Amino acid sequence: MILELNDICKDYITGKLVVPALKDVTLHVEEGEYVAIMGPSGSGKSTLMNIIGCLDEPTSGSFLLNGKNVIGLSENEIADERLNNIGFVFQTFQLLPKQTALDNVALPLIYAGVSKRERRARAAVALERVGLAERMDFLPTQLSGGQKQRVAIARAMVNNPKILLADEPTGALDSKSSIQVLELFEKLNREGVTVIMITHDSSVARHAKRTVYIFDGELSEVKRQEELI
Amino acid sequence: MLENIRLSFQGIWSHKMRSFLTMLGIIIGIASIIAIVSTIQGTNEQLMQNVIGSGTNAVGIVLGQSSDYDYSFDYEGVPAGVPVIDEATREQLIGVEGVVDATLYTSRSYADNIYHLKTSLTGAQVLGIDTHYFNVYGYVMRTGRGFLESDYTNFRKVAILDQTAASSLFQEESAVGKTIEIGGEPFIVVGVAQLSSQFEPTINSVSDYELYIGDNTSTGIVFLPSASWSIVYQYDEPQNVAVKADSVEYMSTVGKPCADLLNARLSTTNSDLKYRAKSTLDTVEQQQKINESTNQQLIWIASISLLVGGIGVMNIMLVSVTERTSEIGLKKAIGARKRAILTQFLTEAAVLTSLGGIIGVITGIIMAQAISRIAQVPVGINIPATIIAVLFSTIIGVAFGFFPSVKAANLNPIDALRHE
Repeated sequence: MILELNDICKDYITGKLVVPALKDVTLHVEEGEYVAIMGPSGSGKSTLMNIIGCLDEPTSGSFLLNGKNVIGLSENEIADERLNNIGFVFQTFQLLPKQTALDNVALPLIYAGVSKRERRARAAVALERVGLAERMDFLPTQLSGGQKQRVAIARAMVNNPKILLADEPTGALDSKSSIQVLELFEKLNREGVTVIMITHDSSVARHAKRTVYIFDGELSEVKRQEELI
Repeated sequence: MLENIRLSFQGIWSHKMRSFLTMLGIIIGIASIIAIVSTIQGTNEQLMQNVIGSGTNAVGIVLGQSSDYDYSFDYEGVPAGVPVIDEATREQLIGVEGVVDATLYTSRSYADNIYHLKTSLTGAQVLGIDTHYFNVYGYVMRTGRGFLESDYTNFRKVAILDQTAASSLFQEESAVGKTIEIGGEPFIVVGVAQLSSQFEPTINSVSDYELYIGDNTSTGIVFLPSASWSIVYQYDEPQNVAVKADSVEYMSTVGKPCADLLNARLSTTNSDLKYRAKSTLDTVEQQQKINESTNQQLIWIASISLLVGGIGVMNIMLVSVTERTSEIGLKKAIGARKRAILTQFLTEAAVLTSLGGIIGVITGIIMAQAISRIAQVPVGINIPATIIAVLFSTIIGVAFGFFPSVKAANLNPIDALRHE
């Protein structure tokens, strides 16, 4: 079991008000799965993503990542978990504008303490894997939206994480680029990467092998409030 | 780390104008300090060169009252308890480490009773010397002969003039063999002496003038054999002592043991009456210290500019952290530890200020050269000072970059990623 979330609750405190964002969420994901987490905005899917991505701690519940309890770890240990186990893909790409595609992809390897030569070599391989071998020395501004997202995916994959965590990966893309990105996810998934994708778009979620639905902070395996989405 | 430095340069380069303006405070501060230090260094080097250049390495050991040099004579003989310094004591002085020769002499300044026919020499200095004086003070004979043993043993009334005295009394004529009158007594001029090395000290100020020329305000020097001193001056006078140091380095160290040696022989009840070393080097060192302490204050003022520069750096680093919030968020999300972010921003601040420091040093050197041209003041580049200046500017970067860097490192990645 790569991901094991049990009875996760997350409350946000705004002034004197306690707003529950996640209510007893339980989610188990096996290695090699391709899961879409679907929900409308405000449903708590971003909160769930932050918890899965070790960016945030739940108020209560247990969370095992790759069999390891990550709740209560020190800040450095959590950073290492993110570095080694999770590859992030964001809706807005989050590429560093002043750096080439290759440097952007190589970024996580700096934090993994990889030598410069090896960083460049591994980043080049990662870019090849997403079909951008020709664009290594391009700046993000010289790339199309789809290409930028593929650079971001290469960056997510460069340190060989177990999980690819994508937050609305096609949210800023046209349909053609979206399909390319989704095909890339399927390819990576076939190669053994566990993909977790958060989306509000059912046509995107359809590419996943399994879809879970979140609504008002509650998770279910069935699409019970489809008409509201 | 190298990666961080490379990225910092990239960052500075991509915001050329902003980076330059931020560095300006540091540049001005460092440049002023370097210019000041270079000026002190130059002046001090010149003071030192004046000492070394004179080449005599003579250190005078003078009998004096309390802190004053020079015993104020009442011309009525040697004060009680001051014994005559004999040849054996002179040998002892030569035995002091670093001393190569020693001379004993008596001196009278502003003599106005010297005549050749109707030409008078007023304001001259009369010295009753032994045979070692010329060696210690670096005189050589220009014409004629020096004093002989027989001049002393026979109390001969012979004199040697220096060039100034000779030309005052004899103009173009040769002085050797002529007779002059000192205090009514006739003396035969046997030679004219001159300093072996004609060294012109560089004079930049009144104090320099007093330091190097001060003793030579006399219109000339008349040398007599010490044995013949009492022919002119009825009273004995305390002897002055001068030792020749082996090298410039010894000049400041030989004085004290020599003075101690002489003081041990004193049996005077006046405890203020003591021999004291009077080396040009000491005077120069005092002068250098005064220069330095004056300029120390200027350095403090210049440091305020560094403080202001540092605050500017802090300000711009805070702006930079805010601008790059999402970058920080991303880096944290992909696994950067807090420390990595901290290091990145600290490096950036340190690179910025170090660069400012280097530009400041270069500007300071150029400023110092300009000052030297305009104000005719010598400058010398102090290498350790330039290194310290650059290091110090790096420290400013780290110190003032610390708060913004901590702020960056403590950003919550979720909030930071959401920031646009």
